[in-house]
Amino acid sequence: MKITYREALRLALHEAMTADPRVFLMGEDVGSYGGSYAVSKGLLDAFGPERIRDTPLSELGFVGAGVGAALGGMRPIVEVMTVNFSLLALDAIVNTAATLRHMSGGQFSVPLVVRMATGAGRQLAAQHSHSLENWYAHVPGIRVLAPATVADARGMLGPALADPDPVIIFEHAQLYNMEDALPSDWHCDITHAAVRRPGTQLTLITYGGSLPKALQAAQELSGEGIEVEVIDLRVLRPLDTDTINRSVRKTQHAIIVDEGWKTGSLAAEIMAQIMENCFFELDAPVARVCSEEVPIPYAKHLEEAALPQVPRIVAAIKEVLHV
Amino acid sequence: MNPKTKTQIKETQVASLKMLADMLRIRHMEEKCAEVYGAGKIRGFLHLYIGEEACAVGALSALAAEDNVLATYREHAHALMRGVPMRAIMAEMYGKAAGCCRGHGGSMHLFDAGRRFYGGNAIVGGGLPLAVGLALADRMQGIQRVTACFFGEGAMAEGAFHESMNLAALWQLPVLFCCENNLYAMGTALARSESQPDLCAKAASYKVPAVKVDGMDVRAVHETTLQAAQKVRANGGPAFVEYATYRYRAHSMFDPDLYRDKAEIAQWKQRGPIHSFTTQLKAAGQLTEADFLVLDARAEAEVADAVAFAEAADLEPVSELLRDVCTPAEAL
Repeated sequence: MKITYREALRLALHEAMTADPRVFLMGEDVGSYGGSYAVSKGLLDAFGPERIRDTPLSELGFVGAGVGAALGGMRPIVEVMTVNFSLLALDAIVNTAATLRHMSGGQFSVPLVVRMATGAGRQLAAQHSHSLENWYAHVPGIRVLAPATVADARGMLGPALADPDPVIIFEHAQLYNMEDALPSDWHCDITHAAVRRPGTQLTLITYGGSLPKALQAAQELSGEGIEVEVIDLRVLRPLDTDTINRSVRKTQHAIIVDEGWKTGSLAAEIMAQIMENCFFELDAPVARVCSEEVPIPYAKHLEEAALPQVPRIVAAIKEVLHV
Repeated sequence: MNPKTKTQIKETQVASLKMLADMLRIRHMEEKCAEVYGAGKIRGFLHLYIGEEACAVGALSALAAEDNVLATYREHAHALMRGVPMRAIMAEMYGKAAGCCRGHGGSMHLFDAGRRFYGGNAIVGGGLPLAVGLALADRMQGIQRVTACFFGEGAMAEGAFHESMNLAALWQLPVLFCCENNLYAMGTALARSESQPDLCAKAASYKVPAVKVDGMDVRAVHETTLQAAQKVRANGGPAFVEYATYRYRAHSMFDPDLYRDKAEIAQWKQRGPIHSFTTQLKAAGQLTEADFLVLDARAEAEVADAVAFAEAADLEPVSELLRDVCTPAEAL
């Protein structure tokens, strides 16, 4: 039976809330409204307003309160509507959640999970559509996850809650309606990347909402006899460089697909690490397909032009492989 | 006079002498910090509490050991009053492994998990949302406890103050908001940073009971905080206390203190919390000059011991540099 990514996230929340009374969900419109992306729909009825806690529009206040509640022995899951809004809570995440363990000489840890939507593709324009995962992936002290499959949407929350340190989960807005069969074993670790499609000629590295595009590009090229290996990073910090290195050493070609802007991107970091680790095994310069350097526009054709799309990925692969 | 009343008088006297002794400990510790800072032993930012001693002493002595306490970057006194040993505080400022945070935090980031002392926060207003969350955690776990959050009046211009007051009042959480109003946010006077300089009026606008107290009067601070904390304990909801105080030293060791009138500083010094409390106790026959000298010498000796300890303590090995960024895998 197929379920949506959204339903998988909801199942995970339901399970976590049932399993541990310390777990609660807090955020804007997570309760009566059912979540701005309808992820928490029905949970208010199941668990009540204390544990499915609607907050005022106070990102700094309620994310900071999540940090405090985590310090106080709870296991809060804080939902922020979008990564754009999370900038109002950067202080709580970057200055506090990520630093407390270190500043206190290891006395405190912050077992906080922050979930937020990221990414474009719904014509929501320049204040709801950005991909700022790399801002968080830059920061020591936090773990950054990007479930890109229904199975990971189901499986990542449990280990994220078990992590004694802060974890940020990026849910790509384009994936909520994606349907897939939930495998019988959807359990996953939150330390490894996954090879989503094996291949021999080029390594295509991606995460989140770009994974379906990367897989489609690989599928198309397979018809032309080009076998691309697709790696889903899954964990954006700390990066699983072993999986990347192993694949790149095998294929000797690499491209990163990243919905973030090219300048200062996660793609740039991965390229740098490939240079550091695999330079002499490469047959061509590493390339990347990123968003254009523009605030995401509203108009559909412009939004599509700004984002990595399958034809651009296919073209980039052919260019790197000289075919 | 019945025996109970006699006991009460004795208890009051003991408590008073303890408060005086604590103010002296803080004063001597802070003066020593300035001295060793000058000698290059402490570096980075150093924010001294000299002049404000009555606030930490009076307020923290009104709280229970099981309460939560959060403070700012001007928090040496709060850590000490919470029971963090002066040795561990001084060693932390010296950047030594024996410091309360292994030298990772320094002057602005003193923490003590066992004493429920949650820092040591150098983001103005940064502790406020945390206090709300700690109180929420207590509420959800059925724990009866007050979370006291100290901040300066400068923090009241931050969005974090607004959001935290609103959340605490909306959810009726047991947070005691402790505003140490020393009149200057770094170099910016209150009237230049708040459209509503009546801080209690601002706090009351959130339907949070608010009271102002003379922060130079340790007994008044203690009594007011005790009552406010009792209100929080009884009602479950938040309360706000403004401590009207003054720092005698500059904002930090980097501050040339150009923005204050010297006459203003001199005027506040005449109302010094240690001096005035000593005078009161002597007038009430509860303290002799000899008693005072004993307390003063004891405080000086404790500071000397703390400095000697910090001087002799080892540095954290560089091999430990990356420790405590994340929980070690073996501990998971």
